[in-house]
Amino acid sequence: MGELKKTSLYGEHIKLGAKLIDFNGWLMPVYYSNVIEEHINVREKAGIFDICHMGEFIIEGNDAFKLVQKIITNDLNKLEDGKAFYSSMCLENGGVIDDLIVYRFGQNKFMVVVNAANIEKDFKWFLKHKDFFDNATVIGRTNETCKIGLQGPKSEEILQKLTNAQLKNLKRFHFIEDNVNNIPTIISRTGYTAEDGFELYFNAEKAAEQWNKLLAVGKEFGLKPIGLGARDTLRVEAGYSLYGHELNDTINPFEAGIGFIVKLGKGDFIGRDILLGQKNNLKRKIIAFEMLERGIPRQNYGVYKGGNQIGYVTSGTMSPTFKKGIGMALVSVDESSEENEIHINIRGKPYKAKIVKKPIYVFHSRN
Amino acid sequence: MENPSDLKYGKQHEWVKVEEDIAIVGVTDFAQKQLTDIVFVELPEKGKKVEQNKQMAVIESVKSVSDVFSPISGEVIEINEKLKDNPDTINKEPYGEGWIAKIKMENKDELNNLMSAEDYESFTKEEKH
Repeated sequence: MGELKKTSLYGEHIKLGAKLIDFNGWLMPVYYSNVIEEHINVREKAGIFDICHMGEFIIEGNDAFKLVQKIITNDLNKLEDGKAFYSSMCLENGGVIDDLIVYRFGQNKFMVVVNAANIEKDFKWFLKHKDFFDNATVIGRTNETCKIGLQGPKSEEILQKLTNAQLKNLKRFHFIEDNVNNIPTIISRTGYTAEDGFELYFNAEKAAEQWNKLLAVGKEFGLKPIGLGARDTLRVEAGYSLYGHELNDTINPFEAGIGFIVKLGKGDFIGRDILLGQKNNLKRKIIAFEMLERGIPRQNYGVYKGGNQIGYVTSGTMSPTFKKGIGMALVSVDESSEENEIHINIRGKPYKAKIVKKPIYVFHSRN
Repeated sequence: MENPSDLKYGKQHEWVKVEEDIAIVGVTDFAQKQLTDIVFVELPEKGKKVEQNKQMAVIESVKSVSDVFSPISGEVIEINEKLKDNPDTINKEPYGEGWIAKIKMENKDELNNLMSAEDYESFTKEEKH
């Protein structure tokens, strides 16, 4: 095994006594106390997450718009300055290379945030396509940037203690640049938990200082550090895809249930021709399900209907919010309707489950 | 939590309490701490024959699935039904209410393969490093 990468918050995780694991080559905290407590803390109060392992690239220049528009499936014409949106990027054959968030700073400047596992692959993809344009640069900023997720209903109150920015006016998927604790920060109202919250981007040299300040001012609101374990259970409840689970280069975006970010009418982009055909020829689909019997579904367990395999589990867990096994699965479209009773094969035994509406946990918006 | 001195311990972090020819088995405090929040226990079936150091049950936390190995060979004569509804009993009381199964021992000599509380204590200290 090669040397694991450490984030700029590694030292803080050690001090907090976190249990660390290898996550796509990064040494990351899986929990500090335990997954269930941390999960509930985010749903009820707030939590902070080290998300430094995610990758950022800055795309600049007169052709920056054209380059990003060529690569992503969402329509960059719909994105205004100071806003971000979710998108995917596909291979020519329609398979998903990654899902990402695109931030627009101006006509000639964008930031894209990609999955930790895909940083190098995505960076090469951007560089490869950059050469078709005269005036576009792609700069990797992953290591220089600290990213902290602040999520949960108390997030705004906590962050407001550290900034003059009027957070109540900052809408979901909008961002501003302002000081937080006197540190220049991109404050983005985004997240991966289905709770209100923010993602903060700032100079990695300030990582520990900002992390500890947030924990200190957040203490009275019940703020706690949250590991990747709860990050995963939160996103599964929220029905959010994770690359390597619901998304990979053999699953197209329509199957993955993210067809809403594929804008076939926007003009040419990579994968469009194939995606046009795939849209109306769906054979399988990601669904959400819950267990009707005690048992915990896990990735790659078989999904059955009447003794025939109809698909496989892409993500599964015990839901700390609903106290039962839940998951997502890629199943045959003919068997994908809600309320359909299915079986999950757990260690050779069939356990009853049923398909339910996705997401299982609906976004909990602020009042 | 102290490992009770009247129990015997296996290398895969199980304990055995001997009551005549019956062995009550469970997992140790060290094991439950490693497993963290236990959310599901797949118990053996009553009447099942288990073998020393072979898989007997499954314990799941939110993030992991772990086999429990039987510290002793014999027939499962009783299982802890309480764990079906309250699997985290193992976290709370690994040596008491969190027992997993009662096994009618085939060969009491196998107990000699197990450790005393003191030996187990040093064993877990080594394993931590």
